[in-house]
Amino acid sequence: MSELVSNDYLECLLKSLSIQSEGISSLGAPANNQSAWLKQLRKQAIDRAGQLRLPTIKDEAWRFTDISPLAKLPFKPAQALHTLKLSDIQSFFIEETNNRLVFIDGFFAPEFSGITDKEQLIIGNLPSLIESHASLVASHLAQHAQYHDNIFTALNTAFVHDGAVIIVPKNAVAAAPVHLLFIATQKETTNYPRCLIVGEANSQVTLIEDYVSLQNDAYVTNSVTECYLAPNAQVQHIRIQRENTDAYHLANCAVSLDHASRYQAVNVSFGAQISRHNLDVGFKAETGECAIDGLTIITDGQLADTHSCIDHIKPNCTSRQQHKCIADDAAHAVFNGNIIVRPGAQRTDSSQSSRNLLLSGTAQIDTKPQLEIFADDVKCAHGATVGQLDNEEIFYLKSRGLSELAARNLLTYAFGAEILNRIPLASLKHSLEQIVLNQTQSSR
Amino acid sequence: MINQNSQTILNVKNLHANTDGTEILKGINLTVKSGEIHAIMGLNGSGKSTFAKVLAGHPDYTVTQGNVQFEQQDLLAMNSEERAQAGIFLAFQYPIEIPGVANNQFLRLAYNTVQSKRGNEELDPLEFDDFVREKMKLLEMNPDFLDRSVNEGFSGGEKKRNEILQMALLEPKLGILDETDSGLDIDALKIVAKGVNHLSNKDNAMIMITHYQRLLDHIVPDYVHVMESGRIIKTGGKELALELEKHGYDWLHSHQQNNAGVSA
Repeated sequence: MSELVSNDYLECLLKSLSIQSEGISSLGAPANNQSAWLKQLRKQAIDRAGQLRLPTIKDEAWRFTDISPLAKLPFKPAQALHTLKLSDIQSFFIEETNNRLVFIDGFFAPEFSGITDKEQLIIGNLPSLIESHASLVASHLAQHAQYHDNIFTALNTAFVHDGAVIIVPKNAVAAAPVHLLFIATQKETTNYPRCLIVGEANSQVTLIEDYVSLQNDAYVTNSVTECYLAPNAQVQHIRIQRENTDAYHLANCAVSLDHASRYQAVNVSFGAQISRHNLDVGFKAETGECAIDGLTIITDGQLADTHSCIDHIKPNCTSRQQHKCIADDAAHAVFNGNIIVRPGAQRTDSSQSSRNLLLSGTAQIDTKPQLEIFADDVKCAHGATVGQLDNEEIFYLKSRGLSELAARNLLTYAFGAEILNRIPLASLKHSLEQIVLNQTQSSR
Repeated sequence: MINQNSQTILNVKNLHANTDGTEILKGINLTVKSGEIHAIMGLNGSGKSTFAKVLAGHPDYTVTQGNVQFEQQDLLAMNSEERAQAGIFLAFQYPIEIPGVANNQFLRLAYNTVQSKRGNEELDPLEFDDFVREKMKLLEMNPDFLDRSVNEGFSGGEKKRNEILQMALLEPKLGILDETDSGLDIDALKIVAKGVNHLSNKDNAMIMITHYQRLLDHIVPDYVHVMESGRIIKTGGKELALELEKHGYDWLHSHQQNNAGVSA
């Protein structure tokens, strides 16, 4: 793989950007609606995107994830046009909540969206929140997800025109979860979902960031999510990537944690031909906590890469991470879990576990826990295992009358269920369990 | 209970088995009739647990000689799930933990699988719940164990009770209890023994593998067999276990040598 990969993808996108930057608000909101700071932000991101290149497997962070197929695709940005009816998308809804923002190809679809907890939440799409809460949005948008050395974040920021903004005001507790549903319908395009979550002091919210497809062709999702938690705020963040298996999914999520805030995440990846999820969590003040669980289940020729970085900048913070991968057939899963304990971040308590299950002789899993510790009074535990289903466990189940297939399916399901059980919404958990069961059953 | 007219459930003839090229079982002969309770005793490494696993069809062991009839069927031709469906049940010495699978889910799956193979009706979750709770009373198990992951975080005694609960649900013809008494305090032992006694009847049989007389105070065997180096070297009634308890396994050797001397 040379560095001279044909960069049709990038060129095509940048070309469409240069057209845009002349009349920069050609997408989404009307021209006069984009404030000066946003124009400035986009311009900087466009400039930066022009200086960066697509990563190749020669870049350490992309060593196992070859995105050269993406580089060859001349994908244009998706357009705001859809012909969907409510009945087309209802099956994606989560029955426990009616707080829902729907985005189709990255564009807000108010006709399918609704918020029941209007009292507890300031919520809407980016243009409307920029209008009503300009300074708050400006102080967080693109402040947590850095684009200077990340081409995908730079491109997303360059194209930022719409997105989900959730502000949980001081002391507010959202009664029902918020479902952010991103639906891809246009083939051979790139869509740019963007989320901004701000939990103000002592607030609490649960949200589900959900990526689905209503098409079977290739397309690219390039999403960026930023989350800031003020002192004592809590967020439970469930992220589901269930795009079609021809899609490319490139996601960056950045979380900034202020004093004594708590961030809990469950990240589930089933879909996409090639997916990459970068998750960066930074403890910006003391006594924050985060618990991050991840589950990747892939088969056929899928590639799913999770890169996380938990940055203990300040002392007395606690992080716990458990990531599991199940790879069948010729699938390839990657996990790189970086934990940094900065000088002075004393009494850090951090644990990380990477457990991986290979279901076939041709599947591949690369896992790399990476601890960088620069403080001396810390507790850091980590472990990684890669294995197959245990023969003693299979025998135990068979000795209870289960067939080999049923035994293997049950154990595979159980391996994933430990993560899915952390999802607090029964209906969502159930539908994901069905996906796991179908995937394990169909693969044999 | 011994009844000469009852049917033979298990007939083991000259059974040899090895694992990784090492021969563990070196010619076992054993006949078990319905209604009987057999105890197999012996030191560590004598092959007791291997015998139990071979009967249940563990894939790590290869049978090299001999045959095993189970209710007129060739047991060795069946794989482990077929044996379970046909009525063999092995209560494990170290039951496996399955985090992520609720115990009731697992129990119902096993029950319904076996029921359907035997041509019986399956139970839906509600029916099964009533059914399993009734069985749990026998073992004085807290119904909370239904919602927990299979064996995960269970104490030794709880795991063993969960094994006997599975036996109660699957109603085997032949129950094989592999050191079910190990790791049990006396109260748990009594509860487990009560469960086994309750499940034992004239139509089924039990093989108990144990080191100690202690279990046999509570589940009284009809026969006691002593294994050594992969063979059954002595068979007697329940009093044999008491003798072993009193004199140790060495006594058997001197005793046997004496016997040998006499018969020579």
